[in-house]
Amino acid sequence: MLWQVLEGLSRDSAKRLRFVPGVVYADEGAACGQSPEDRAKTVAEAKLVLQSVGFPWHIVALEEVFSLPPSVLRCSAREPVGTEGAYKAAVDSFLQQQHALGEEQQSLPCPPRPPIRAGPPTAGQTEALSTLFSSVETLTAKEELLRTLRTHLILHVARTHGYSKVMMGDSCTRLAIKLMTSLALGRGAFLAWDTGFSDERHGDVVVVRPMREHTLKEVAFYNRLFAVPSVFTPAVDTKAPEKASIHRLMEAFILRLQAQFPSTVSTVYRTSEKLVKAPRDGCAAGTPGPRCLLCMCVLDVDTADSATAFGAQTSSQLPQTQPPVAQAEAPTVSCCCTGMGGARHCCRTEEDPRARVIEQLCYGCRVNMKDLPSLDPLPPYILAEAQLRSQRAEAEQIQEYLLEDREDEDARPGES
Amino acid sequence: MPAPQCASCRKARAALRRPRSGQALCGTCFCAAFEAEVLHTVVAGRLLPPGAVVAVGASGGKDSTVLAHVLRELAPRLAISLHLVAVDEGIGGYRDAALAAVRRQAARWELPLTVVAYAELFGGWTMDAVARSTAGSGRSRSCCTFCGVLRRRALEEGARRVGATHVVTGHNADDMAETVLMNFLRGDAGRLARGGGLGSPGEGGALPRCRPLQLASQKEVVLYAHFRRLDYFSEECVYAPEAFRGHARELLKLLEAARPSAVLDLVHSAERLALAPAARPPPPGACSRCGALASRALCQACALLDGLNRGRPRLAIGKGRGGLDEEGPPGRRGSQPSGPPASEPIPGF
Repeated sequence: MLWQVLEGLSRDSAKRLRFVPGVVYADEGAACGQSPEDRAKTVAEAKLVLQSVGFPWHIVALEEVFSLPPSVLRCSAREPVGTEGAYKAAVDSFLQQQHALGEEQQSLPCPPRPPIRAGPPTAGQTEALSTLFSSVETLTAKEELLRTLRTHLILHVARTHGYSKVMMGDSCTRLAIKLMTSLALGRGAFLAWDTGFSDERHGDVVVVRPMREHTLKEVAFYNRLFAVPSVFTPAVDTKAPEKASIHRLMEAFILRLQAQFPSTVSTVYRTSEKLVKAPRDGCAAGTPGPRCLLCMCVLDVDTADSATAFGAQTSSQLPQTQPPVAQAEAPTVSCCCTGMGGARHCCRTEEDPRARVIEQLCYGCRVNMKDLPSLDPLPPYILAEAQLRSQRAEAEQIQEYLLEDREDEDARPGES
Repeated sequence: MPAPQCASCRKARAALRRPRSGQALCGTCFCAAFEAEVLHTVVAGRLLPPGAVVAVGASGGKDSTVLAHVLRELAPRLAISLHLVAVDEGIGGYRDAALAAVRRQAARWELPLTVVAYAELFGGWTMDAVARSTAGSGRSRSCCTFCGVLRRRALEEGARRVGATHVVTGHNADDMAETVLMNFLRGDAGRLARGGGLGSPGEGGALPRCRPLQLASQKEVVLYAHFRRLDYFSEECVYAPEAFRGHARELLKLLEAARPSAVLDLVHSAERLALAPAARPPPPGACSRCGALASRALCQACALLDGLNRGRPRLAIGKGRGGLDEEGPPGRRGSQPSGPPASEPIPGF
């Protein structure tokens, strides 16, 4: 993708792209368990490639999530178009490299120039990151967590450097796999955002996927024909057995099916084009509801009469013959589902900090969190934001009971 | 190591662990829990109002057997009456044995049984004949598509004959999950837009259909049948290996191994899919030939039969192939997803 951008910006091209790009490379070696030497080597290789492209570049290590501010999780309003007229874009396609199937190579984002934050991440941060990732029980949840943290990090970089758009290098094949994976993870409500061309749930920064019409094969051929250099690093799921995670399974399955029915990937892609970014029944006539803490989509956990609310409840609660025995990870879900819609109060009484975070997550993120036995290793910005939101929610709840001291109206107590 | 105590009654030894939650329960408590959940599904979704005459699609397989049994237990509480309707597709060596099982069940439970046969309803076409007719057309026979559509029509016809007000089928959560996967893999936006609810309310003269076992996982259905010692027919349809659903089923098994809640997550996703209005099927009207519910001029069953009778079996399958005189490019509209005869014969929806 980077090469395409380069070409698009060059003077010779017929339709010249009009933006000023920068490139971000996220170094995820700590999450993948790489040794410091390997990481340094990979980063150096990446630097070489990026330097040759000539755009401003930034290398960020995943450890920096520990120093992110909670404002990353807030959806800010879009900034009005500035006087320059041109929009800037941050390019990141190296991340796709991580899932390289061995034979194909993809173009890298630019090598970073000296980053604003000086020096490699501290050992303490690296250790915190590896603690976090090793505390996650399943590979599926690990991959999802990695994806979330990476998104937040890139978002933060984009915001601090003033970029309004982030371009991701997802190809058609990758998006088809991603679509089916999201489906299996319970993110059916958000497919349009996860796999569509533009993703504006973060407000001021828009994520776009310009490569979504190109299959992996085409990308491989392009890279080979035009000698696009690339760097390979192991990912979280490298060398994992096929059945280890949902992502791996889906990838293997789709590629196998593609061999038998050659139209599989394009069919799934075409179906993804028909998805719209709206709740199913068009019931969001009013203001959109609260957003998920991690993925920033409008929460899709419904009131109790949805089928899966019931299903989740029965899978964690005992039959009503005996008083239920509280189970460690499930009472929050069952609590939220019994009773009428506003059942948040009951959660407060049990397992406060965990319940507080869980109830702010969408269905997919909740299922992931089940694989995280303790929320403590999470980066502080997530926990801080969760705290803030629940405090705000509590404040709103008591708002109606507060008596206001209004001088400009008749003395009339507030409603109770 | 002795089995732990039942987590619910704490008296008996636990005999199983529930697949989804891992709770240890004794047989009685598990069956009670299962029945309670089905009851809740029906009551919360207001699926079967009191006084309903319910036609149970019975194929002799585990799902419909369990469904019939549970509904029979719950019938007094729900104030409904049951009829068994079995469909004879004319698959030699398979359907006869299944029907024998249904007859035994009907006798044991003292429920009235009606059998409707394809040959009688559809002008002499049995599934074997359909399979022969579609055999030469390429890599797959797609006879499962025919079977699903025609079976649903046959079920409806059988239900009408007994004067039923509702039709129930034994689809479980795994079936719903497979359907979603299958529809995505085949790009069937129309069915995706329609699916995912707890059944259909029955527009335009079609009887309301629902699936009370929709939230029960397949494993639990099998466990229930085991503990209640139900007699059912458990062989695979002879045409099942060729169905596309086999791929979706295999994928689902793998997903469930990686993450036990995968089935539930898929059902959750399916409920919340938002498709563009253009992709949704047009509001249904009536078939010009038989008067049944149809999205186009001809309902799917008539369109398929038309193709068979003309010697062009693939006429109504897929998009843009062939040309029926009455309409534009045919699609899979006007009927629900074809449930293939899989490991147990489940009436198609």
